[in-house]
Amino acid sequence: MAELQLKSVEKTYGNGYKAVHGIDLTVEEGEFMVLVGPSGCAKSTTLRMIAGLETITGGEVRIGDTVVNDLVPGKRGIAMVFQNYALYPHMKVRRNLSFGLRLKRLRKDRIERATEEVSGVLEIEALLDRLPKQLSGGQAQRVALGRALIKQPEVFLFDEPLSNLDAKLRASMRVRITDLHKRLRDEGRPATVVYVTHDQVEAMTMGDRICVMKDGHIMQIADPATLYQRPANAFVAGFIGMPEMNLNRAVLTRGDGAMLTLGTQSIALPAECAGRIHAPDGPVTLGIRPQHLDVVAPGTVGAFDATITNLEFMGHEVNLHAEAEGAGFVAVIASENFDTALARGDRVGLSPRPRNIHIFDVESGENKSLD
Amino acid sequence: MTSLSDPTPQTPVVETMPAKSPARLSPQELKLRRRARLNASIRYSLLIVVGFIMVYPLLWLIGASFKTNAEMFASPWFWPENPTIQGYIDGWTTSTPYTFATFFINSMQIVIPKVIGTAISATLVAYGFARFHFPGKRILFAILIATLLLPDVVTRIPQYLLFRELGWLDTYLPMIVPAWFAWEAFFVFMLIQFMRSIPREMEEAARVDGANTFQVLIYIVVPMLLPALVSVMLFQFMWTMNDFLGPLIYISTVEKYPISLALKLSIDATEAFNWNSILAMTVLALTPSLVVFFLAQKSFIEGISTGGTKG
Ligand SMILES: Nc1ncnc2c1ncn2[C@@H]1O[C@H](COP(=O)(O)OP(=O)(O)O)[C@@H](O)[C@H]1O
Ligand SMILES: [Mg+2]
Repeated sequence: MAELQLKSVEKTYGNGYKAVHGIDLTVEEGEFMVLVGPSGCAKSTTLRMIAGLETITGGEVRIGDTVVNDLVPGKRGIAMVFQNYALYPHMKVRRNLSFGLRLKRLRKDRIERATEEVSGVLEIEALLDRLPKQLSGGQAQRVALGRALIKQPEVFLFDEPLSNLDAKLRASMRVRITDLHKRLRDEGRPATVVYVTHDQVEAMTMGDRICVMKDGHIMQIADPATLYQRPANAFVAGFIGMPEMNLNRAVLTRGDGAMLTLGTQSIALPAECAGRIHAPDGPVTLGIRPQHLDVVAPGTVGAFDATITNLEFMGHEVNLHAEAEGAGFVAVIASENFDTALARGDRVGLSPRPRNIHIFDVESGENKSLD
Repeated sequence: MTSLSDPTPQTPVVETMPAKSPARLSPQELKLRRRARLNASIRYSLLIVVGFIMVYPLLWLIGASFKTNAEMFASPWFWPENPTIQGYIDGWTTSTPYTFATFFINSMQIVIPKVIGTAISATLVAYGFARFHFPGKRILFAILIATLLLPDVVTRIPQYLLFRELGWLDTYLPMIVPAWFAWEAFFVFMLIQFMRSIPREMEEAARVDGANTFQVLIYIVVPMLLPALVSVMLFQFMWTMNDFLGPLIYISTVEKYPISLALKLSIDATEAFNWNSILAMTVLALTPSLVVFFLAQKSFIEGISTGGTKG
């Protein structure tokens, strides 16, 4: 139960490679913070610096009121769950769970009580006398979770704990972890969590807030809804959301009203949309989510004419791929609204909903359409 | 012709195998089965013959230790015509004032401290090299490998002079003490390689659990290292039991002779060699190595290695 604070934290590896470029991050007490980003963006590095498994080469990490830069991992009040579970292969589950407590030389009955409680919560009582190699992936991960839980740490650290599990198990473990977090909060001992993943579904469903990273920089920290609706830049816009947001080069001009031009086609933007755009006239990146792109008859006002290049039937919805002026678009249509007569090569109009249009700076990628 | 387009006779076997009882196999299937059985019997016969040839000297040694001296070279067959344990009785009493038991105890006085010392020191040094960064690590590791390639003879004389200065001649110290300082680079190297194959997450988890460097070594690394450690101890045990040159150079009092020297002693001492007593004592000398080997085999097989990280 403590706040976690990173101040201008940097990491330069021994080989001179700078993996983390001065990041600032505050995780409130009891908050579930997800670090998400593509592989190699230094999520693990950041987490391992918090844990004390990597040295911090610049800046400061605080847990509660303590600067922990120079503390060994065991003294930081953290617990960590690894991607590969990292159970001690020669110890039975029971001893795996209690290893940390035994090192602290707690009394035997207290250790036993704690083991029982934790294995009850995680439903691993039946596994206590097995060796790790006799466990399935899901069971092993529950034991790893138990090993973290039993220590009642200030901060929980997770490094892609579910990525070795199959899709179904991953979904149920996701719920289990968030339930556990809520339960601890309700019981009055809220757990501060930093959870690393490259999976946006995990990030969106689990996080109170999400920190999106790229190449050792933080791109945005926000709650899931904000991240989706008001991405701070084109990277976050493209990273969060399925299918990916359409990001295409367009030209913004303001005369009587604002106009967006894609090649030779232009659409007028309604005043309430134009009002929140504060990019100068000229080339911009137009961002529109597939869910916010309506398919209309070709030639409709406010729509770009496009040619269908592919249709993907997903069951409940259809992904329509189309090309307009050399730019590729994807639109998602609910199955019941889909005109089954449409086929590859047909002409359609693609009409972006003005409320959901994003305009990004071409150079910096910054979102210029936030009011 | 590829196996795909081949109108292969195997196909029906695969399809019908689970359904049919062995009594109702088609001639085609029976033929295949016979061929497989024939192949297997050829394979095993060959293995048995070669195996027998390789193990024959050992069989002969054991058999001959029960022969009389007269019969010894009469036949190359190992089975004794008139089995006798006279060889064991003569051999055990030896031609010296001491029984063979003395030499056994002497050997153990070298072997046990040496094996323990090797296990501890090689583990410590390997842990350092495999898991820590420190200045000069590359150079030190290169030196370690270099000593691996250095022939033994090169260091014999300087070592002898050194131990003489220390006043360690005619004691077991020249053989034992180096083992406590990870003297045999081969063992260190072997453990380093094994440690490199163990994922680090378990050790990191232990550090997060509050273990210090030494506790990580004792509670996590050593148990995972056990299969390799057993091999190291086994090698050291057998090499030391068989070491002849070391004791020959440093030990001059007969009372302190280990088995390897004592065996040689009985050849020198008598003019007409009592072959059966020499062979009998050789058999006894081999016994500890064999026993230790078969005991240790179990923990080879039970090797736990990296079971904790499987997906
Ligand atoms: N021990 C190391 N030495 C040098 N570079 C490293 C080391 N560990 C990781 N890196 C580099 O740092 C970057 C971030 O790695 P990591 O934190 O593992 O990324 P992520 O967990 O986001 O996939 C990568 O480019 C990786 O190659
Ligand atoms: Mg990672």
